[in-house]
Amino acid sequence: MRILPFIASTLVTVGLITVLNVQLTIGKTQTPKLGYFLSPQHGFWKNAEKLGAGFDASIVAKDLKGNVDVYMDDRLVPHIYADNDEDAYFVQGFLHAKFRLWQMDFQTRVASGRLSEIAGADKLTIDRFFRRLGMVYGAEQTEKFINENNPVMKATVEAYTAGVNAYLKQLSPEDIPFEYKLMNYQPEEWSPKKTYLFLMFMSYDLTGRAAAADLQLTNTRDFLGYDLFDKLYTNQQDSLDPIIPKGTTFAEASLHPIQPAGADSVYLKKQTLNTAAQNTSASPEAPDKNNGSNNWAVSGSKTKSGRPILCSDPHLGLNLPSLWYEVQITTPTHSTYGASFPGSPAVIIGFNDSLAWGVTNAGRDVLDYYELKFKDSTQKEYWFNGSWQAASNRQEIIKVKDSADVVENIAMTHWGPAMFDTHYQNVQSMGRNLAVKWTGHNASTGVETFYKLNRAKNYDDYINAISLWKCPGQNFVFASKTGDIAIKQQGSFVARWDRQGDFIMPGVDSSYDWQGIIPNEENPMMKNPERGFVSSANQKSVDSTYPYYLGTASSFPLYRGISVNKRLAIMNQMTPMDMQGLQTDNYNVFAEVARPALNKFMDQTKLSPDAQRMVMEMNHWDLYNNANSKGTTVFKIIWDSVEYAVWGDEMAGSKLPLTKPEAFVLVDQMNRDSNFSVADDIRTKDKIETLKDQVQLGIEKATKKLLELEKDNKLAWASFKATSVNHLTKIPALSRLNLPIGGGVNIINATTENHGPSWRMVVHLTDEIEAYGLYPGGQSGNPGSPYYDTFVDYWAAGKYYRLLFLPKAKLITNERTKWRIQFKNA
Amino acid sequence: MKSNQSAIIKFLMATIVSALLAYAIGIYGNLPWWSFVISNFIVAIAIDQKPWKAFISGALGVGLLWLTLALMIDQQNGHLLSTKVANILPLKGSTTALIAITAFVGFILGGLSSLSGSYVRKAK
Repeated sequence: MRILPFIASTLVTVGLITVLNVQLTIGKTQTPKLGYFLSPQHGFWKNAEKLGAGFDASIVAKDLKGNVDVYMDDRLVPHIYADNDEDAYFVQGFLHAKFRLWQMDFQTRVASGRLSEIAGADKLTIDRFFRRLGMVYGAEQTEKFINENNPVMKATVEAYTAGVNAYLKQLSPEDIPFEYKLMNYQPEEWSPKKTYLFLMFMSYDLTGRAAAADLQLTNTRDFLGYDLFDKLYTNQQDSLDPIIPKGTTFAEASLHPIQPAGADSVYLKKQTLNTAAQNTSASPEAPDKNNGSNNWAVSGSKTKSGRPILCSDPHLGLNLPSLWYEVQITTPTHSTYGASFPGSPAVIIGFNDSLAWGVTNAGRDVLDYYELKFKDSTQKEYWFNGSWQAASNRQEIIKVKDSADVVENIAMTHWGPAMFDTHYQNVQSMGRNLAVKWTGHNASTGVETFYKLNRAKNYDDYINAISLWKCPGQNFVFASKTGDIAIKQQGSFVARWDRQGDFIMPGVDSSYDWQGIIPNEENPMMKNPERGFVSSANQKSVDSTYPYYLGTASSFPLYRGISVNKRLAIMNQMTPMDMQGLQTDNYNVFAEVARPALNKFMDQTKLSPDAQRMVMEMNHWDLYNNANSKGTTVFKIIWDSVEYAVWGDEMAGSKLPLTKPEAFVLVDQMNRDSNFSVADDIRTKDKIETLKDQVQLGIEKATKKLLELEKDNKLAWASFKATSVNHLTKIPALSRLNLPIGGGVNIINATTENHGPSWRMVVHLTDEIEAYGLYPGGQSGNPGSPYYDTFVDYWAAGKYYRLLFLPKAKLITNERTKWRIQFKNA
Repeated sequence: MKSNQSAIIKFLMATIVSALLAYAIGIYGNLPWWSFVISNFIVAIAIDQKPWKAFISGALGVGLLWLTLALMIDQQNGHLLSTKVANILPLKGSTTALIAITAFVGFILGGLSSLSGSYVRKAK
């Protein structure tokens, strides 16, 4: 034996293996374990699926009560035919895991504050935020409630869980999803709690903006003073076209929330001005302001066939893998098709053989902050109703990769968890001790609403199903084969007095507490109206005659609803194709109002030649936000610039990021009176600027930016907007970038940079249901699958797929049916 | 001439056996991805060759195995995943570079482990 060469060679081998078997840190990112990752028998190559490969399979699962047949169609949509309901959810869980395992795991990790565990201390800010907000706490409440009170839901979620875990059990280590290999961690077992955590995440996504907005509004008010604040952040929307038409008479209110005495000075702070700002650490991105949606149903009186048509397109973050997964579930009790959430049983937005339903976000404020007074730094007691009250301590242990655990000690108070305290502050919390009260913390059987909607046969079933719904508040639209259409705003809504909860509230006694939850019967709703349609697009659901306060105007986008209602009112003899056209409509109703307002205050002759050319481009624009339109970009940049000229001076000088006033505020002002005092630049003492001055200035400034865009060939709307569907990790190579699609904020086709119609569905309630739909993604979550982003281009082009919804005998022989997966219990 | 011939047979044997064993051991996903270094090591002890020859046969055995597997998978996948990975790793989207690196990892580790094995047998 040649000892020295042997030792040398072995050392080099072992050294090289070691280097290739650890994650290397390059710059800010960590590589995968390169040797493992590149190994063709272990690493990413195993995830490269063979094109044209089939999906036929036979699976034995002991947990099943009977046998289940799944047929996959050409778009890889599974059609599940089961002998009983629990087996169907078992198989749904199995298929979710088979095609979306990593995403399900990742999304619940985000929700439960467990990102640091896989990605290291960098993610601690996000994890701490979600832990302290009470995400895990809320999921625990729901789990406990369902386990104790709802055997059917318990069995449903457990069957789903068993399905996910049955898939995990037969999954070989080399076949785990690509992202686990890339980020170097392992899948773990599913549990019912994870399903509830996922649903908590949806509650956060759709109502959690208040967690940031309430702080920001409080600071903005403190900075501007209440009077100016109330002018710039007015809740009065002149052009509002609410979900329930103006002039509707509402039932007598059963609750009468009263503003506490002294609130004008103590809470609204009408007298105080300009407190100083101080700084602290960052916080995760707040949920997108544009999280919203459109839905509508038209009655047979307005359609060509005489049967209702229902449309729903939820606007959410556009991600790969998509939030949605299409599925048909057929059992002896029901037959349902639609978009499901990987992570939860049942169909969330869809239709069955009797009716269809869809949702949009209600936008109502259901999350508030209360300022606490702790006795001392131990935070064991807080002042409430005249005495020191004991706060219980909730411990949240955050595991951190390559580092010691971080323990969050959270004081649990009458209001809820003390989110901000001496240990945790963010940029906006300003050193305050703040408890958060949120309907999301309450136990909720939300999954039962969908369970029941999946089985609903008529209007009464629909009302019964949604009456259980608590958080996030939604507008449930409905249409049935029998000809009924309806819409109802449903959720656990706080009976608020005017502006209650817009700002941080005093928490030292119960006078600012919620004075009740509005009874379901008083929630806004409408059935079979004479106008022949119901609709919602996140606007305020009711006008000011409704007896309860809804929340700040910034939570209720105004213009999409106007567009939808205008079009539905004039359209007749409608067909599903017309509805597709409407869902993808790019008309800019905001610009229809704002462009004349700009022209009213503009003096073209005094503009520079370049600015004149840009104004010409804007004025010749057809008001459609189409992909190739230059006028759209010019209008947007000019409008933003004019807004900045008007508001910028008021905002200047704040160290904190302030909330920008809503666009309608300025438009309404411009149309109302030309002597708008806020137009004056308060920084120029010797001159009083008017709206005319600010419009001229705004256009000239915008022109500079527009010339740059023109030079870079980015003036066309789609290239300027650059819509992308991002992978959940935001890795560009796994995302679809720069899609050729129009639309935008205030547009029915609400597609912005990485946000928009995440599932488009049109259901024609004919005897044999005629449905169309798609989402910008693909049924497989695997970046190595040809089904990873199958629908993206079609979606961008505004096209639809005909959805295959058939009884088993007919589906088997359908030409689009491609594969069969058999599930057997022995 | 005869010894030359047997040397060539030995070389080919060592190369093929290394490749076959590396493939067989690689089927077991529970074993670490580098398990083939053990089989290569043993093959190099069993089939006595000069160190540099042992290195080449071990390197070619695993390197060609990995090259073939990667090429086949990539072809059947229509370069879908390799293109994405070649953009995540700093390879500017070159799938050829990605396949070359894959093969090189197999080549160098395969060679080194066989080299170590060969020194066990070789007297000074």
